[in-house]
Amino acid sequence: MHKIIMFFLLLSAPFLQAQDTVSGKVLDENSQPLPGAAVYWQDTTISTSSAQDGTFTIPYSSDNMYLVISYIGYTADTIHVHTPQYISHKMTPDSGSQLKEVVVDKTRASLSRSQTKAANVSTMGAKELLKAACCNIAESFETNPSIDVNFSDALTGSKQIKMLGLTSPYLLIAEENIPAVRGASQAYGLSFIPGTWVESIQITKGAGPVINGYESISGQINYEMLKPANDIPFFLNAYGDTGSRFELNTHFNKKVSDKWSTSLFLHGNTRVSKNDMNHDHFLDNPLGKQINVLNRWQYTNAEKGWVSFLNFRYMRDEKQAGQVDFDPDTDRYSGHHWGSEINTDKVDVSGKLGYVFPDMPYQSIGLQTSFNYHNQESYFGLRTYDIDQKSFYSNLIFNSIISNTLNKFATGLNVTYDKYGEFVNTTDYSRTDNSVGVFGEYTYDNVNNFSIVLGGRFDVHNRLGAFFTPRLHMRYNPWKDATFRLSAGRGKRAANIFAENQSLFGSSRAFNIAGSGGKLYGLDPEIAWNYGLSFIQKFPLFGKTTEFVVDFYRTDFQNQVVTDLYASPQQVLFYNLNGKSYANSLQVELNYEITMHFNIRTAYKYYDIKTDYTTGSFERPLQARHRFFANVGYETHIAEKGKQWKFDVTYNWMGQQRLPYTGSNPVEEQMGTYSPSFSLVNAQITRTFSSVFEMYVGAENIGNYRQNKAILGANDPFGPYFDSSIVYAPVFGQMYYAGLRFKIK
Amino acid sequence: MKNLIVVMLIMLAGFTVQAQEKKNKNAKYDVEVKGNCGQCKARIEKAAYSVKGVKQATWNEESQDLQLIVDETKCSVADVRAAVAKAGHDTDEVKAEDTDYNSLHSCCKYDRS
Repeated sequence: MHKIIMFFLLLSAPFLQAQDTVSGKVLDENSQPLPGAAVYWQDTTISTSSAQDGTFTIPYSSDNMYLVISYIGYTADTIHVHTPQYISHKMTPDSGSQLKEVVVDKTRASLSRSQTKAANVSTMGAKELLKAACCNIAESFETNPSIDVNFSDALTGSKQIKMLGLTSPYLLIAEENIPAVRGASQAYGLSFIPGTWVESIQITKGAGPVINGYESISGQINYEMLKPANDIPFFLNAYGDTGSRFELNTHFNKKVSDKWSTSLFLHGNTRVSKNDMNHDHFLDNPLGKQINVLNRWQYTNAEKGWVSFLNFRYMRDEKQAGQVDFDPDTDRYSGHHWGSEINTDKVDVSGKLGYVFPDMPYQSIGLQTSFNYHNQESYFGLRTYDIDQKSFYSNLIFNSIISNTLNKFATGLNVTYDKYGEFVNTTDYSRTDNSVGVFGEYTYDNVNNFSIVLGGRFDVHNRLGAFFTPRLHMRYNPWKDATFRLSAGRGKRAANIFAENQSLFGSSRAFNIAGSGGKLYGLDPEIAWNYGLSFIQKFPLFGKTTEFVVDFYRTDFQNQVVTDLYASPQQVLFYNLNGKSYANSLQVELNYEITMHFNIRTAYKYYDIKTDYTTGSFERPLQARHRFFANVGYETHIAEKGKQWKFDVTYNWMGQQRLPYTGSNPVEEQMGTYSPSFSLVNAQITRTFSSVFEMYVGAENIGNYRQNKAILGANDPFGPYFDSSIVYAPVFGQMYYAGLRFKIK
Repeated sequence: MKNLIVVMLIMLAGFTVQAQEKKNKNAKYDVEVKGNCGQCKARIEKAAYSVKGVKQATWNEESQDLQLIVDETKCSVADVRAAVAKAGHDTDEVKAEDTDYNSLHSCCKYDRS
């Protein structure tokens, strides 16, 4: 009888169903509703659970293909879904769990690699993000082997990230698919995004999709913010560390109506006391404060197929660095004590509007628009640097199919406008950039073991010219649990030489631009091709899942703006590449689930990065050729009321790094040709007391490894040998932190 | 029983709407198709997609149900039923030939009784 009713329900369901969600019902072996079953999209953090009557609703996106339904004591099932639809799913009891106490709670991996997407994408979920308790998203990559977090320069304390051995300017960093950390915000932009605001991060290695732009060369990072429609009413996070840094995050959420919901995010951080652990009379990390406010609105009308987001944001960040005795009020520009202040204001307004055709769930249209204002006023000793950027970005995307859903396409129109006001001392480098582009992307998926994405875009840019950007991604599953991927693509970008190399202002180096009449500081645009191959094999070892990953990427520069630190320690030269420049990266990863709650990740990375400089062909400075990474995570079973312990340890070994040339300095102001190799250990313990409250403690750089000499010429910062930019290891030693998280659900 | 009547009415309403939309380019149908496993799913969907005019085809193992969006100016649901049956899977109206059924992989030999 039940079966008949279900059958009729199913028949009628498509006519009643809202279009951009997948909903359904989970049933047990007797076709009775099964409440509390976990329902989530494979390789994502989008999840829900079935209600008392067994029903569930989960947002649908064409990117997600595999829906996983799991329940304790039942075999977890993966359902291939390629359209918003109604699913009635009957679970079969797990034969191995006849005994009630055998818990089959296969926890979702906090860092997962897709087996179904054509691009090499790994997703960091909320759980992974918590492993780095502090503080902004630059730091959240420290447990991810694909991304190397650099040691910040001794001056500003901000961390740069690298992928495939190339620094973040060669990455496209997008906030919900709108390019975000770019232009003026390149150096510090990641530190303006508090980690607690972020729901998940998708990391694409190699050439990214064309939809988000032409700028990505070595990869793409997209971070999704918490969505007002499924956020919790209140969240509080407080953090403090022995480096006297304090952070406070508060989130409020309100469902205004059944269609409107809103979240307010408040973030503040400060570093209050002066640290000088290496007694060079310079601060090891800058004093600072930041206030950051974001208000998001979400509108969802599932019946009509509309979804919309509106974001309003304001940020102010202040940093003070330099000598311990420096007092900005009396010593600024004085030549008395060396000091620096960097103050940034940022205003962002962005909106998204999406529409899914009610009778054609595979067809949608979306519009993304953002306005940004970024203003940085700063000085470094006697040098001033001011940059402001007013940006407008808009992207219109249409998604549909060619004859059937095996052949999907996306096409659209893209407009970008950037007005820069940039002053180095009194020299005016202001400029305006604008571009218009069209793009198209075709995806073929045989719903089984093969998919290919072919993309291209054509842009007309006032400084980069008119150019075509091709991109290709391919996936093939040759046998069970194996994924083979291939990618290739071209990227082109304008190098913002000052904004991207701000750490060099903290030196006595003269900036020399050997221009050749190009349209960007007299230089030409950067152009590179990126090719990648990747192979993943999952296999059981002693009954547990093991994952073996190997990938190789090559970036070949046709033109590069070479930043030359090899010519002289008193200069930095910028010139167009004359000869070859490439970056090869090989990564081998082995991940093993020792027990259900005990995971280990290991990675070895090899980088071969060379550029032809005027003085010869050398390795890129401050880049280790060999790196080793290991992360061990252990968590106890969740006891009653959600009580749990979590332990996490990360180990990093870095081989020797080539250093900028300092050989012509007096012997005591030299650094040598290579840095020593060293290792670092970070650890964290989290205690969850209940589902609403948890605390964590942790330690960074437990071995207390510090760079021997962080600042050259520290005794005479206005003299010719001063340089705070050569940082290959932590400047600050051992550091301990503690924090808490409180939630109201 | 009351539930059943309500459900039947809803279903009927659904079909009435459907009936009015002649030669709909995005007509939605549900066809009962027998099968067992993921391999069946790939075969059934492949068979459905082989019919020109099928825009979307999703088979659900638990409900034994093939959800379709078809362009009625190019094909009819009967064509899809025939194609799926030819691949060896019984549908609500068209049954597979025994030879086609027998050529299925052993794990795909669904219960025909």
